[in-house]
Amino acid sequence: MTKEITITLNGEKQSLEVEPRLLLVHLIRENLNQTGTHIGCDTSSCGACTILVDGKSIKSCTMLAIQADGKEIITVEGLATTEGLHPIQEGFKENHGLHCGFCTPGMMMRAVELLENNPNPTEEEIRWGISGNLCRCTGYNNIVKAIQYAGAKIRGDELPSTEPEFV
Amino acid sequence: MIKCDTPKEIGGMGHSMKRKEDDRFIQGKGNYVDDIKLPGMLYMDIVRSPYAYAKIKKINTDAAMAIDGVVAVVDGKALEQYNLHWMPTLMSDTQMVLPTDTVMYQAQEVCAVIATSRYAARDGKEAVIVEYEPMKPLMDPYKALNDDAPLLRPDKEGKTDNHIWNWKAGDKEKTDKVFEEADVTVKEQMHIPRIHVASIETCGCVADYDKVNNHLTMYMTTQAPHAIRTVIALVAGHVGLTEEKIRVISPDIGGGFGGKVPVYPGYVIAIAVSFLVGKPVKWIEDRSENLQADSFARDYHITAEMAATKEGKILATRFKILADHGYTDASANPSKFPTGLYSIGTGSYDYGASYMEADAVYTNKPPGGVAYRCSFRVTEAVHAIERITDRLALEIGKDPAQLRMENFIKKEDFPWKSPTGWEYDSGDYHAGLQKAMDAVGYDELRKEQAEKRAKGELMGIGISTFTEIVGAGPSKDFDILGIKMFDSAEIRVHPTGKAIARFGTKSQGQGHETTYAQIIAQELGIPMEHIQVEEGDTDTAPYGLGTYASRSTPTAGAAAAVAARKLRDKAKKIAAYLLEVSEEDLEWEPGKFFVKGAPEKSKTIQELVFAAYTNHPQGMEAGFETTHYYDPPNLTFPSGAYICVVDIDKETGQIDVRRFVAIDDCGNIINPMIVQGQVHGGLTQGIAPAMYESLIYDDDGNILNGTFMDYLVPTAVESPSWETGHTVTPSPHHPIGAKGVGESPTVGAPPAIANAIVDAMSHLGVTHMEIPITPFKVWKTLKEKGAI
Ligand code: FES
Ligand code: FES
Repeated sequence: MTKEITITLNGEKQSLEVEPRLLLVHLIRENLNQTGTHIGCDTSSCGACTILVDGKSIKSCTMLAIQADGKEIITVEGLATTEGLHPIQEGFKENHGLHCGFCTPGMMMRAVELLENNPNPTEEEIRWGISGNLCRCTGYNNIVKAIQYAGAKIRGDELPSTEPEFV
Repeated sequence: MIKCDTPKEIGGMGHSMKRKEDDRFIQGKGNYVDDIKLPGMLYMDIVRSPYAYAKIKKINTDAAMAIDGVVAVVDGKALEQYNLHWMPTLMSDTQMVLPTDTVMYQAQEVCAVIATSRYAARDGKEAVIVEYEPMKPLMDPYKALNDDAPLLRPDKEGKTDNHIWNWKAGDKEKTDKVFEEADVTVKEQMHIPRIHVASIETCGCVADYDKVNNHLTMYMTTQAPHAIRTVIALVAGHVGLTEEKIRVISPDIGGGFGGKVPVYPGYVIAIAVSFLVGKPVKWIEDRSENLQADSFARDYHITAEMAATKEGKILATRFKILADHGYTDASANPSKFPTGLYSIGTGSYDYGASYMEADAVYTNKPPGGVAYRCSFRVTEAVHAIERITDRLALEIGKDPAQLRMENFIKKEDFPWKSPTGWEYDSGDYHAGLQKAMDAVGYDELRKEQAEKRAKGELMGIGISTFTEIVGAGPSKDFDILGIKMFDSAEIRVHPTGKAIARFGTKSQGQGHETTYAQIIAQELGIPMEHIQVEEGDTDTAPYGLGTYASRSTPTAGAAAAVAARKLRDKAKKIAAYLLEVSEEDLEWEPGKFFVKGAPEKSKTIQELVFAAYTNHPQGMEAGFETTHYYDPPNLTFPSGAYICVVDIDKETGQIDVRRFVAIDDCGNIINPMIVQGQVHGGLTQGIAPAMYESLIYDDDGNILNGTFMDYLVPTAVESPSWETGHTVTPSPHHPIGAKGVGESPTVGAPPAIANAIVDAMSHLGVTHMEIPITPFKVWKTLKEKGAI
């Protein structure tokens, strides 16, 4: 048994026949071959699969593909535009906000919504804001910096230094 | 302090160059193993045992085979026909690929379902019915050697008990004598719990066997692709898969930390199935399988003792270890080192007597252990020495910083021979600790602590001044399955002066594409942006032992420097020829050779490379490329001084890490930004076992926290805002004076945190707390001590 759904993925509208039990993350990764969205757990804990559904950051392993019917989805592949990288992508690169890169797409998608709701978050707000996303490599310091940098860029403020600071 | 002698346009050592690999990762264009999709690919899922110890009576696959899309169910008996049901471990023990009669731990692989889709494979797995006859498992390592303990490995010829090996280091007689005569001795029993690396990407592979050409391409999450190729050939050579027919490709890896060094049964099953059906087979484990069945780390029970004078001069240490290896010894250690490099556990202190002894036993737990971001059991050793040093400070009433300062090996005493036989290459421990104390404001903190204590508030300051041992290793001592632990670099510079460099190592996030390029840029003067680094394809990269134990910079990084220097020598010859002078008349500055005293007469490296293809001297080999296999003369010994400040809420036991200052010394620094990033990450993996993580089993062998719901990987909220810095004491024997850093913080942080928490409660009579130190443990201790 399959069901027809229509979604807009990174600006491209498409209709597909899917099994009702198909997870949204598998639809994106396997049926639509956009593999930038990752899977890191089976308990909705890690956030590696985070995407934007109608502007809200969602763990795509926790949603069925059929629930996305009629919705607008943005994944990491849809962040950059012809003008260049999204500020959050620039923030992560400039501030060494990633090591292995596996958590990064989910982390960035979460940060995009975070900054949308709160363009000038404190360090504590950032830390709580990304607490649904695990990173095993970076120790989070530079992810915080990356999000602060992106916030400044979005607000049009002066960009913070990206040089490492040592005691 | 950070040496930087190339301009930023060249981007050699010391520059915080942004990472080259990031562009693909931030745009979703990384290529991890689960992103690989091949035509006709089948999917594999694995049926696992719900019991820790049971006989398999029957496996009924009828219902599974009836599911649309299920192609086959493979069990141990099927593999047995090809003699593929057992495999060797890296420690020369043996491990089941699939069982033929008995399961030995919960979540062990029982059989594999192969199907045309991921969902059909999962359906098939749910439909397989296995009948078991459960037995009482052996979970307590202390009971493993009792007479009534079940004999877990009757498959091993001549084995009559559950003892795996005994290991010793140091001088027992001398040490015992010092202990007998010493003014002061202290002793603590500590458990370094079983934990899991939990890289965010789990393990997996795509095995692609091409029947026509008898060739296997194995895409897999491995930190050591070449070694794995050799292991596959050893396991499957007898069915025709000899080493030249195997290509291992390790694509982008989503974190390794040692967990992607071993060969897991899933890989072997996928290869066997692909070999039998002639189609590509994908196996990706899910998180719970990863936590429950893949190799654990640590699980050492240690009795640590220290002897000293009453003034606080350390005289000797003694360590007795019981190692719980689970059902087989599948450690990822160099062959001659069953306890890894535990014998570095004499620490950073100048004394002459130490004795260590370890026994390993089998239990009904999953096999291991791997490093968890640590150089072969160094974390266990460092925890014991740094905790027992604090215990001594408490015993004699001396400030723990002062005690350390008085006992450190002095800068001028390097190279220093340790009582267990290591030759520490270099270090400046006094400078490191002083820097950390200044940065944290140590004296003021002690005053604040005294004031708080007077008011009944709990605050603690914990120190850890550790010495690491990395860069395995010199071929006289270090091998894995007989293969010496050198590593390699191949550099090819194209006629237009742009290069590709390939290595036997494999980055899992460490940033090799950037740092190796910087080393070559440093030595050859070619801008790092024009040096492309490749790893992880055994068909193209030179043989090497891979990336773990902080060995990449000490071994392959050194190989890169030596290879680049060989090429620079060639460039010099060409320059002498083109400028019509002798080689002695030439001088080098980054990017060109010029004639001494006549700097206008010069040739750039790009011109010299071009000439190597277009106008090389007669008799010289054309081209500009070379390979170097680097065999390190010694290990490297990074060190660190960490200070942690905690505040404890008496009513709840809640621990707040107020500050954490980490001063690392990893020798010369290639990229300060990346070194700092590695330290941040390692520190979070240090706080993890200190306060949050451990794998817990009940008496029936059930794992109680085998998912991300209850295995507590720290989030950004638990992870403090780290403060980091460095001292620089170059390694005297490494070509660029570097030492390696990725693991130091994981090794050094846990005792700093434990020491801080114990320090907060030491006035109540608390001398030790077992990690992970949770609020509940703290609250219980406070209750027991009558503090609340
Ligand atoms: S994959 Fe972990 S939360 Fe979705
Ligand atoms: S960068 Fe590796 S998990 Fe975050």
